[in-house]
Amino acid sequence: MIFEGKALKCGDNVDTDAIIPGRYLVSTRPEELAAHALEGLDPELPAKLRDFEILVAGRNFGCGSSREHAVLALKHAGVKCVVAESFARIFFRNSVNLGLPALECGGISSRTMEGDRLRINLREGLVENLSQGFTLKAKPLPGFLLKILELGGLLAYVEERLGGEG
Amino acid sequence: MAGRTIAEKILARASGQPSVEPGDFVEAEVDLVMVNDITGPLTVKALKTLSKPRIRNPERLVIVLDHQTPADRVQSAENHRLLRSFASEFGVKALYDVGEGVCHQVLPEEGYVKPGMLIVGADSHTCTYGAFGAFAVGVGSTDAAAALALGKLWLKVPESMLVRVTGKLGRLVTSKDLILYVLGRVGVEGANYMSVEFKGEAIEALSVDGRMTITNMAVEMGAKTGIMEPDDKTLQYLAEAGVKGDFTLVKSDPEAQYAETLEFDAGELEPLVAAPPSPANVKPAGELSSVEIDQALLGSCTNARLEDLRLAAGILKGRRVKKGVRMIVIPASRRIYLKALEEGLIQVFVEAGAVVAPPGCGPCLGGHMGVLAEGERCISTTNRNFTGRMGSPKAEIYLASPATVAASALTGRITDPREVA
Repeated sequence: MIFEGKALKCGDNVDTDAIIPGRYLVSTRPEELAAHALEGLDPELPAKLRDFEILVAGRNFGCGSSREHAVLALKHAGVKCVVAESFARIFFRNSVNLGLPALECGGISSRTMEGDRLRINLREGLVENLSQGFTLKAKPLPGFLLKILELGGLLAYVEERLGGEG
Repeated sequence: MAGRTIAEKILARASGQPSVEPGDFVEAEVDLVMVNDITGPLTVKALKTLSKPRIRNPERLVIVLDHQTPADRVQSAENHRLLRSFASEFGVKALYDVGEGVCHQVLPEEGYVKPGMLIVGADSHTCTYGAFGAFAVGVGSTDAAAALALGKLWLKVPESMLVRVTGKLGRLVTSKDLILYVLGRVGVEGANYMSVEFKGEAIEALSVDGRMTITNMAVEMGAKTGIMEPDDKTLQYLAEAGVKGDFTLVKSDPEAQYAETLEFDAGELEPLVAAPPSPANVKPAGELSSVEIDQALLGSCTNARLEDLRLAAGILKGRRVKKGVRMIVIPASRRIYLKALEEGLIQVFVEAGAVVAPPGCGPCLGGHMGVLAEGERCISTTNRNFTGRMGSPKAEIYLASPATVAASALTGRITDPREVA
């Protein structure tokens, strides 16, 4: 699984209220949620995000509420992968569960400039900055999480398990 | 064999292994699943994408309508309708409808939460149930769907942090001040992925209500859960909630291993406030006395239990909320509302000029019933003060105890409750 695209940057402790404010949570429609992705950080970001494919964040990305709407919003706004210094645990689970790869990579936030082109090799755990010509090693994902991502998310995995039980 | 923490023992039991180590990935059998009216609709959607949608143990699911209740707009009403019809279609009997209360109050009160259980809830404050010696973790909607379909969920065994609190809390210093103090020390990700175990004489001295305030906010330091050893007070609570004796009291071994330990004396604490935009940005209430407020909120899964209402009413009795300040009181559940009525607390609030709203989450997450305008400030007993959480991104939220919120409502500025009571 290899993803390539332009990086949008955000800082430390971006909470899920910033990713998708509470007033939009009554909706479960991905396209409606995507129209407000990162709006809590800056009202201009939902429109700007459309030109980027990779989100590069600082520490503790996705802290706060368990709302899966946050991942839905980012994914349907066109984000292919989130690379952060560290993740809050529920966001990390939700991201993998919905098939949006989330990689922890020390140093990524300080060394990447907004708009840099990144190439991410999920299986190898490598984050290559094509614009600046450096490569960082990300924290490898355990095999079964890679499998969930390759299947497209946790439900596909559940389907496989249930199928196996007949 | 090395000593084990409560968390490790519960996860070993739930995954059918003699013992587990921090860092292990386990597939564990889930004893209880909770979804609410914000996370539940996505869980239903997820389950229905399966070729054969099913719930392995319908009696292990509790659905609570609490976030947008009573429905504030058509979309909320549709979400409620979806959950009601889902419950009847899949044979789920435990649906708590509009007005029953906040999920994290309703589940213990109705006797669903038992010591030793593995509970997953599609709500980040599911960690509240750790006050009963259960291992309770917040997850997303798809995790909840997987747990319902398979009866199991993958989990990483967390490291444990020990918070040992000696001494005795001073007058008008509460368990909210205690957890805010811990947050200030540990930071918003200082306990990332950990199970935080609270122990010591100051914790033992607290009521179960007070303990729930502490475990509720474990997630604000990044923790997977907060947990406490059950004791006689726990057993009494469970008996009153009608829980029968089919549970195990799990305690940590004396030689259990903790990745980190924090120890302090409760007697040294004072009323604290978390200033925006972080629950870990903690300062003494007395240092913020120049901060004027527009709204005072007494509510949420953190601090709207009977003990909290009694404390606030004790300060407000016979007095008026400062002109220009809106005070909103939201009992955490219908049962608490009724008890507060019987004790005359609701009368005190209304006479003081407060608005009493129906049990539920209210404006805590910016949904409805007291959202903030640009430039406004709210002092609140809730758990999060992130930018934009309660309405306008240009509003500010200060987190404090029920005593500090009531005192501040009287003066119109952030006030150490010991100044007025």
